[in-house]
Amino acid sequence: MTVRAREEFVKPASGREDAVMEVKNLKVHFQLDEGLLKAVDGVDLTIRRGRTLGIVGESGCGKSVTSQALLRIVPASGKVEGEILLYPSDRSKIDGIDIPDGDPVDLVGLDGKGRTIRSIRGGEIAMIFQEPMKAFSPIHTIGDQIMEAILLHKTANRKEAYDIALETLRKVGMSNPEQRMDEYPHQLSGGMRQRAMIAMALSCEPSILIADEPTTALDVTVQAQVLQLINELRDHTGTSVIFITHDLGVIAEMSDEVAVMYLGKVVEYTDVDTLFYGPKHPYTKALLNSIPSVARRDRLESIEGTVPFPMNLPPGCGFYSRCPLAEDGVCNAGDIPLREIARGHRVRCVKAEQV
Amino acid sequence: MSEAKQIILEVTGMKNISRSKRFFKRTAGSVKAVDDVHFYIREGETFGLVGESGCGKTTLGRCILRAIEPSDGKTHFRDRTGNMVDLNTLDSRRLRAFRRDIQLIFQDPYSSLNPRMTVLGIVGEPLVCNKLAGGEKLKERVRELMEMVGLDSRHLERYPHAFSGGQRQRIGIARALATNPRFIVCDEAVSALDVSVQAQILNLLQDLQRKLGLSYLFISHDLGVIQHISDRVGVMYVGRMVETARTGQLFARPRHPYTEALLSAKPLPDPRRKAERIILSGEVANPANPPSGCYFHPRCPYATDICRMEKPPWRAVGDDHYVACHRTDELELQGAAI
Repeated sequence: MTVRAREEFVKPASGREDAVMEVKNLKVHFQLDEGLLKAVDGVDLTIRRGRTLGIVGESGCGKSVTSQALLRIVPASGKVEGEILLYPSDRSKIDGIDIPDGDPVDLVGLDGKGRTIRSIRGGEIAMIFQEPMKAFSPIHTIGDQIMEAILLHKTANRKEAYDIALETLRKVGMSNPEQRMDEYPHQLSGGMRQRAMIAMALSCEPSILIADEPTTALDVTVQAQVLQLINELRDHTGTSVIFITHDLGVIAEMSDEVAVMYLGKVVEYTDVDTLFYGPKHPYTKALLNSIPSVARRDRLESIEGTVPFPMNLPPGCGFYSRCPLAEDGVCNAGDIPLREIARGHRVRCVKAEQV
Repeated sequence: MSEAKQIILEVTGMKNISRSKRFFKRTAGSVKAVDDVHFYIREGETFGLVGESGCGKTTLGRCILRAIEPSDGKTHFRDRTGNMVDLNTLDSRRLRAFRRDIQLIFQDPYSSLNPRMTVLGIVGEPLVCNKLAGGEKLKERVRELMEMVGLDSRHLERYPHAFSGGQRQRIGIARALATNPRFIVCDEAVSALDVSVQAQILNLLQDLQRKLGLSYLFISHDLGVIQHISDRVGVMYVGRMVETARTGQLFARPRHPYTEALLSAKPLPDPRRKAERIILSGEVANPANPPSGCYFHPRCPYATDICRMEKPPWRAVGDDHYVACHRTDELELQGAAI
């Protein structure tokens, strides 16, 4: 049954109709004493209904800041520009805004502390974090924290909210949910805490779930449980998932489409199969070759050097200094555009055909 | 093959039991971080140790160095003259001589280097402590070590903050190599690094092994890394070794249900092979309050009465292949899809 439900969502892959969110030319810049840090620098993404968009990259590539920008929770020193167009599933869920049906809400234009964005956070867009211990309040019970979100977004009735919370805990496979409602976060194990966090995120039936490295802190056997859970819930509810990770194994497991990020820019954006079987950006290719894969046992192909610090960067391709195909005067001359080299396959490289 | 190679380290019956004290030093409970572990490592070989968090792999590594004192067991190490010496019986003066032969590389390249010491100080410290070099000779040796691990030897007087994560890990490796050790414990040495940098460090460790004839105990939770670098692998679960075998053998034909589940749980970097997973229920047992019998029985899909009652014996099931499971002979277990 789950497979069936999934097919329905997967089929219409093109067109604007199934897009729940479009991100256009998103920039997040931090003004620091040392200069301007371009954490996210012109990112375009499309999030489709019931599908999972994976965002992958090494530390410092801007993947987490991108996800924070979608919820407008970037630290105050960061300046957000561009467009984040949300096509809400249920207009009544969003407070304090008056625009005609069918039109998107631009999250960048909203007051970062206003009523509207607060009704969207947790209501339309929910997020699960890497460290559930840090994301939960240690002095409130799990039940109270899940109910808080429900009371904010869904109902004013405490009894009803309790029932919804209990039901969601049951849905995420929590053992003994009645008892868990009254327990504190420290009483749960890592995997259980992550389940509770997923329950909290899903309790208000968001149309987009952002998962920022949700399994990085978990053991591999528990990670397998949580990944399976997220996939099952997506298939049942039709929620779109934005899955952020540095682990290419998890990306292969979870994603429909993948955006590879490097130095605040998307360098390759395509479906998961093409990414693993026909990567066209030298960085993606090098990244795949540097995984100690389960099949090979020869020497790994590493990438020379390290990621440059994203401040005062020279013009041209960010990967220039580490790229085997780099050509002086071509790759470092000006901005490299993200171009479509095949249907649905976009690459930010002038030499993509040679890869 | 490695058949002719001599054993450099043999651990038998290693235990580490730490007791938690309550008021008036009454024992409240005990945690068996390492519980009756047996394995051996041959010269020039990499032995991978894999397990989930809290399974005791780090404690085991430290017990070999006696950085943590083991409660029981023997650690036989082959000294330079070829004799096997039990490290656990040595007094601190004699142990010190062996510490030159056994070194440790740490996980976190940010917290394992003193921010107030220069590279010269950090890498040279083991040489100074062991009175092996000083003055110009020390500088010469540190330069040589820096070049060996791929660092620019002109950066001798720099502090750790001036280096990236991968470069810091190289400093840690240079320090470990300073005393010309023969055996190195790599404790999650690449876990904190990004994949592209991780690949550089793995290649470096392999190059050094070939060049210097080192033996590694390579501790990691990442099965991909373990498979890539190890000749033989040991799998730990809640303080006990559950299986050791040659790498190919372990991945293709595991003989312990936990190994099977662990292999199956790893997400493969290949979207066309979303294999049917064995999803274990529950989580890793608490070592302070472990289950009876086989520690894995509450999560094991094949558990029977004997598994709940008795601790499974550690026994050989093939060439270089040991396992602790009551039912291993009856089970047909799946390897990793290769």
